[in-house]
Amino acid sequence: MNLLSWLISPPGVATVAFILVVVVTILGALIAVSARNIFHNVLGLVLALIGVAGLFLFLNSPFVAMMQILIYVGAVCIAICFAIMLSEPMYLPKPPRSSFKTLGAVIGAGTVFAFLVLLTKKTTWTPAPERSTDWSVTTMGHYLLTEYVLIFEVISLLLLVAMLGAIVIARGGRGAS
Amino acid sequence: MLLFNQLETYLYVALVLFFIGLYGVLARRNLIAILISVELILNAASLNFMAFNRFLAPHPAVGQVIALFIMAVAAAEAAIALSIIIAVYRKLKSVNVEQATELRG
Repeated sequence: MNLLSWLISPPGVATVAFILVVVVTILGALIAVSARNIFHNVLGLVLALIGVAGLFLFLNSPFVAMMQILIYVGAVCIAICFAIMLSEPMYLPKPPRSSFKTLGAVIGAGTVFAFLVLLTKKTTWTPAPERSTDWSVTTMGHYLLTEYVLIFEVISLLLLVAMLGAIVIARGGRGAS
Repeated sequence: MLLFNQLETYLYVALVLFFIGLYGVLARRNLIAILISVELILNAASLNFMAFNRFLAPHPAVGQVIALFIMAVAAAEAAIALSIIIAVYRKLKSVNVEQATELRG
């Protein structure tokens, strides 16, 4: 089977799409940490999050992918944009980057990276005896309201407390009117 | 064996995301940029959970529930962190972490 006919077969198309999604993810992450302009950082984060949502689609869970785009891209990134507009004046000159600090960060993060790569290589992953094939949204809904209902409630409580805390902190702490 | 049907592929992608996020946390000095890097790290973690759930765990939903939980915690964390950033900016007129040295003895 030659390459071209493999590329237009369904597994070939899926593989090409997967590589594209991975490239988008990594590229977005690189922009998110390396660009000087903070708005470009946020746009890179959006790109990376959309890429991760695509990876979730490849992992058979469209519901989580949808939530990823809805919550992260729709809520968190917009909130970050608002915080940028409220805090940092864009026209101020930025302090230069020290190459010493960048080198230290690369070494520190690279050590952890090398350790984790070795760990992933050395481990033999034993697959589960039976893999579930039921990935539908209906199943997720049933689990969220029966087996994991406590987690569901705790998430709501956490979000409520975080919202109140954010309001209290942002309007100037205790005693401010 | 297809590329997108192996556990290791997802683990390596998550590793690269984690590396980039950790580098950002260590190297950047803008508080908002540090928050963005933390979001990348959280995404790497939830990608790992989803991959393990897909390939290793027999239970259909536990990884997805954990991924949703991570998303909610990340949203709460972002809200709190952004309000703290705004409070810090109001106090110091800067969001650079190296300016926030008021507790230095």
